[in-house]
Amino acid sequence: MKAGYMKSGILLLPAAVFLTACVTINIYFPAAAAEKAADKIIDEVWQLKGNPADEQAPAEAPAQ
Amino acid sequence: MRTLIKNSFFALYLAIAALLTAPAALAAADLEINTPAISALQSSMQARYTQLAGYYASGAVGLTRDGLVAVHDANAVPLAQRQGVNGLVAAENKDRNALYKEIATANGHPEWESEIRSTFAQRWIQKAQSGWWYQDAGGWVKK
Repeated sequence: MKAGYMKSGILLLPAAVFLTACVTINIYFPAAAAEKAADKIIDEVWQLKGNPADEQAPAEAPAQ
Repeated sequence: MRTLIKNSFFALYLAIAALLTAPAALAAADLEINTPAISALQSSMQARYTQLAGYYASGAVGLTRDGLVAVHDANAVPLAQRQGVNGLVAAENKDRNALYKEIATANGHPEWESEIRSTFAQRWIQKAQSGWWYQDAGGWVKK
């Protein structure tokens, strides 16, 4: 029985390390959100309004 | 014995599942950029851009790797205007530094400042017009 507890303890140790890693990810820098925020601010500062013509162009291309 | 191990692993899997979904929810959330301080910096930089745009285009001023601007080619500026360009660059960098710091603190993580700065550095360059100058690992490059 004692040996059994020890065995489960050994098995749980890597799992505990993994859990700690998960918590670390949780407070990690949100790169995608930061990029989105940067784009929003840069578009505003440089007046880069999304050009709708770019998106419409392919749809308007005549089929040949 | 087997049940004990089984039970503890089941609890562990539940905990792992819960922890794995948390970052996904966090990643989907936006960063807070709608604070009065950030808006003020943004409009200050937007107003300055009307003066800087010509200097970016002529190559007088370029984008640095650390999310700032710098004089790249002073010879592209008439002597009389050089003082003015230096002033613009200094003012722009002051705003940019304040912006990165402000975004980090507005989101409750002042330690994110350098990562926010490098994210901006990449995005400024990505969104720069062709013909503008920027710094990469090897030095100045014309886009």
